Amino acid sequence: MSVQPFLIAGAGLFSMGIYGILVRRNAVMVLLSIELILNAVNINFVVFNAMLSDTLLSGQIFSIFVITIAAAEVGIGLAIVLMLFRNRQTANINEFDLMKW
Amino acid sequence: MTSIGNMLSEGLGISLVVFLPLLGALIILFIPKTQDFLIKIVTLASATVTFLLSLVVAFQFDYSKAHTFQLGNKLTWIESINSNYEIGIDGISLPLLLLSTFISVLAIIYSFEHLPEPVNAKGMMSLILILETGMNGTFVALDLILFFVFFELVLLPMYFMIGIWGDRTKRSVAGFKNEVETRLYASIKFFVFTLFGSAFMLLGFLGLYFRGSKTFSIPELIELGSSGAFTGTFATLVFAVLFLGFAVKVPMWPLHTWLPDAHTAAPTVGSVLLAAILLKLGSYGFVRIALPILPEQAKAWAPAIAILSAIGIIYGSLACLAQTDLKRLIAFSSVGHMGFVMLGISSLTSIGINAAMIGMVAHGIITGLLFFISGSMAHTYHTRDMGRLGGNMKLLPKTGALLGFTAMASLGLPGLAGFWGEFMALLGAYNPLSGLNITVFRTSMVAGAIGTVLTAGYLLWMLQRVNLGEPDEEWVNQDLHDADNYELAAWIPLVILTVLIGIFPKIIFGSTNDAVINLVTKAFGG
Amino acid sequence: MVTMQTINLLAEGKATYTDGGVFAEFAWIIVVLPFIAALGITFFGKSLPLKGAEIALGSVFFIFLYSCILFYLNISKGVASEFFVNVGSIGSFQIEFGWVVDGLSIMMYFVVGTVSLLVFIYAINYMEGEIRYTFFFTSLTLFAGSMLVLVSAPTLLQLLIGWELVGVCSYLLIGHYWEEKENSSAAMKAFITNKIADVGLMIGIIILALSTGTLRISEILYQATHDYEAITAVAYIAGILIFIGAMGKSAQFPLHVWLPDAMAGPTPVSALMHAATMVTAGVYLLGRLFPFYQGIAHEALDVVLIFGVITLFSAGLIAIVQDDLKKVLAYSTVSQLGYMVTAMGSGAYTAGLFHLWTHAFFKALLFLAAGSVIHAVHTNNMSEMGGLRKEMPKTFITFIIGTVALAGLPPLAGFFSKDEILASLNHEGHNLFFMIAVAGAFITAFYMTRAVLLTFYGEYRGHGHPHESDSMMTNPLVALAFLAVVAGWVNIPGIYTGFTNWVTTRKNGIIEYHPESFDYFALSSGLFAGIIGIGLAYYIYQIISRPEDGDSKIKFQPVWRVLENKYYLDDFYFKYIIDPVKLTLSKGIDRFNTEILDRVINSFGSAASYLGGIIYNKFDQGGIDKALNLTSSGTDALGGRVKLIQTGKTQQYLMYFLVGVIVISVLVLLVL
Repeated sequence: MSVQPFLIAGAGLFSMGIYGILVRRNAVMVLLSIELILNAVNINFVVFNAMLSDTLLSGQIFSIFVITIAAAEVGIGLAIVLMLFRNRQTANINEFDLMKW
Repeated sequence: MTSIGNMLSEGLGISLVVFLPLLGALIILFIPKTQDFLIKIVTLASATVTFLLSLVVAFQFDYSKAHTFQLGNKLTWIESINSNYEIGIDGISLPLLLLSTFISVLAIIYSFEHLPEPVNAKGMMSLILILETGMNGTFVALDLILFFVFFELVLLPMYFMIGIWGDRTKRSVAGFKNEVETRLYASIKFFVFTLFGSAFMLLGFLGLYFRGSKTFSIPELIELGSSGAFTGTFATLVFAVLFLGFAVKVPMWPLHTWLPDAHTAAPTVGSVLLAAILLKLGSYGFVRIALPILPEQAKAWAPAIAILSAIGIIYGSLACLAQTDLKRLIAFSSVGHMGFVMLGISSLTSIGINAAMIGMVAHGIITGLLFFISGSMAHTYHTRDMGRLGGNMKLLPKTGALLGFTAMASLGLPGLAGFWGEFMALLGAYNPLSGLNITVFRTSMVAGAIGTVLTAGYLLWMLQRVNLGEPDEEWVNQDLHDADNYELAAWIPLVILTVLIGIFPKIIFGSTNDAVINLVTKAFGG
Repeated sequence: MVTMQTINLLAEGKATYTDGGVFAEFAWIIVVLPFIAALGITFFGKSLPLKGAEIALGSVFFIFLYSCILFYLNISKGVASEFFVNVGSIGSFQIEFGWVVDGLSIMMYFVVGTVSLLVFIYAINYMEGEIRYTFFFTSLTLFAGSMLVLVSAPTLLQLLIGWELVGVCSYLLIGHYWEEKENSSAAMKAFITNKIADVGLMIGIIILALSTGTLRISEILYQATHDYEAITAVAYIAGILIFIGAMGKSAQFPLHVWLPDAMAGPTPVSALMHAATMVTAGVYLLGRLFPFYQGIAHEALDVVLIFGVITLFSAGLIAIVQDDLKKVLAYSTVSQLGYMVTAMGSGAYTAGLFHLWTHAFFKALLFLAAGSVIHAVHTNNMSEMGGLRKEMPKTFITFIIGTVALAGLPPLAGFFSKDEILASLNHEGHNLFFMIAVAGAFITAFYMTRAVLLTFYGEYRGHGHPHESDSMMTNPLVALAFLAVVAGWVNIPGIYTGFTNWVTTRKNGIIEYHPESFDYFALSSGLFAGIIGIGLAYYIYQIISRPEDGDSKIKFQPVWRVLENKYYLDDFYFKYIIDPVKLTLSKGIDRFNTEILDRVINSFGSAASYLGGIIYNKFDQGGIDKALNLTSSGTDALGGRVKLIQTGKTQQYLMYFLVGVIVISVLVLLVL
């Protein structure tokens, strides 16, 4: 079985994620886009693990790590967004310019 | 008691003479400013004890070995450059040391009731004491660096005395666009001028250090110098810079212009100490350092020094004739009198240098007294303009009589102290050290002799304008105070000393003669 | 400390001298006593009944007694000894003071003692009620002491000290009435003229001292008379220089100008100092150093002679035209001092000193008598006197005695001494100078007779009613008149020549010509000149005109004007020496000092501050600081630009990040 379709699917997912991060104004959507990127990575881990027939299943283990971290990240990320929304009454990422000079 | 005597003779004595005044000044620092009387008492006490100690030193001094450095000590000070705390006195420095401690006491007695405006006993008294330390230190220092430190130390107190308590009138000065306050101009001129000279002097000291055997010790350098260690262009340059340093202080023509301004501006005590002691530091430097360490160069320079001295004598006397300001006249007279001292030194003979020594002491006493009196008169009349004074003998008989006496002493009247310096200097200049240009010296001698006539001229003219005649109307109904007890207590000892030295010069010669003969023999072989 | 030098008298070939014993040994007392007395008068004088005059008088009386004792010793045995006190050594020189007790100095002690005593007595009355009475006696006593310091000097240094001290006393006393500027100027003139002369003396002493190696007069004279090379080489110049000193004190032309002005002082001062004692110091000096002059400096003696002759003649002429009685006497003194100097110059040691001796008495007498007149009429001008012979008989008679003595009529003192000078000039063959001296004698007689006639004859032309002074003043006159008569009898050639022995009793022998009998040619010339002078004056002022007419008969312009202006000598001095020095030169020097020297110094100051300004503004501030500031401001500006990319927009940052990753990836791919 060829890995190519899986990799293309992963790359597509990744590209969509990047696009989402750069373009979407809503912070929740940006977080979702990040999830897309992480899952694109997961696909790659799983595919390459299968392809390389790794007995230690490193790819799969790492994907589990990634899922865990993604969960944590979303948890914190959503919390931040929620707090921002409460303070600013918006989730528009362009309006968060505290880091500006 | 013997152990104390021993300690005193092993350097402690003269160290105390040097540093007791400084200690007094330190104590004064801790006395509140309002305790005027206490401050004065402490000052007087420390100066008097210093004077008594210097008398003890004079008694411990072995006059039969006056040519050696005695009662001194040598302690390690700055090891890295081999500069030591080396002190000691010989027959040359002893009279000057005594003069310094003595005049300081008198200056303090005078200051008891006659502090200049703005009255600040604490400041004035501590400055006098610091000044005394500097002066005494210079006369006992036997290490070039130590000498330099003390030599410079006197500048600051004097600078402040002139700058703070000086004459506040404004006057125009050639070369400046705006009028300047006399005291500021004078104090800065004094400070910068002398510093200018001594900076070069330090350069000379360093030159001796590196060319000699890395030592600053004056006795060692004298040994080196008399054995011919310093020669050539190097030595010429070193003598030139030493000359610059000392000649400014003396002051020799044409480096004298700081003197009239400083004297005119300074408060009475300041001009007394300036005239009596500070000027001697320069001529003492010549005798102690320049001549014995660089004898060959001294020979080469002697005619030039003689000519400058002769010019100084004539020039100073003539300038006096043109003065209308009493203190400025006396200041210019110092140029003339110190010219005699330098003429004596330049002859490089034992007679001439002895003349210079007694001339220094006599000038210190007499001109010091003249400044005391003129300062007091300026204070009484609120003017120094001789055109407005006159009839002083009628208004202030005691002051006037003393002024007359002192003027007579100053013009070199035989039988008073001033005579010996002048007469012996001329005697020395007639026959200078063999090898020196006789024509130059004899011409200088004649110029000096003419200078004595001019000296008599301006002093008598001063007396006529100030002391004699009927008083000007503006003074007649004023309440003018004649000399009070403090003033007399400060002046009478100087009068007595003038007469004593005049009729019995052995007081000075007894101390200096052996030392001077030794110096001349060692340095010039004759 | 005191070393005594008893002179080996046998070696000098005169075995009759002694050392004077205890009186010589203690002769220092008379030198020191006046100074102690002066101190005493200063401190206690004002509270005493006579306001200090008694102390002065006491000390002078003691001096007089002591000098009489010494005088007696010298007459009877001859005394010659000297004592030295070392007061310091300088190099190889011994500075010594001391006292000489020999014939010459004893003669001077006696003159000083006698005249001082009489003048002091006189002054107590004369000065009564005058301002600064006590101080007057202090100065007068100081003067007596200074004069004794001078004449007792065994070393040149002490001589110089006494020399200048008498000058100071003279200054104090001439300027006694210093409220008037004229008087203080006269005092100054005296002091400075003398000081100018003293320069000569001082240099002369220096030369002698250095060529002989000693300051002792007797040793210098010994070397001078024993062919020492060093002193012989400088003899001429030293002789001239020392004579310049003598010219000042003894008022020789052209340095005599101070003496007439010195009459500004009270008359007793003029009598004591400016007639009898102080002004003769120059003659004394020449006498003291006579063996030196005679031995090796005779060329200098010729100069001495010429100046003496000029002085005796020129001053005498001026005396004729004076209206001020004291000035007549002053010029007369100058003229008589000229005689003494002439005598010394012609080699007549004894004659010069003899004239000093007689002159001291009769000139003091004349001055005191003139003072008595002035005291009575309150003016110095003879045009306001006249006819006083009736009112003041004692003064008149004593003045006449003094006049006759001065005019040189026998048997009074001046006759013998002047004759001896003339005889000496004649003997030495100075024919021209002899004639001038004779003419001088004529002039002397003329102006003195004129003074007598104008003062005492004719009608009184002044104010008030003059009357005779009281005995305190006239008694000294009588005493001096007695001396003016007899003082000449001590040296009559062929009869009694005691004076010659007195003054030659000294360590260094004097070899000179002593007339064995009168030189009748000289004697008759002098006497004749004197008589003619008196007669002519009498003829002019008494016969062809009256004293009231003054000098109308002999006012020959322009000679008269030249004489009245004192040969324009004072004008010359003021115009060409004093004013240029005092006004032009000194002002020039002062201007040089403030305008040039100070300007140079100040321009160093200004230049330094200007340079400092340039360095501070252009280099420090404009250079180093500017560079530093540019660095910081540049960084600041750059930061301002760079910060603009910090938009705070997260997505933008991510964009950059991605672009960066892509760029790096491409680069990595391309390179690899």
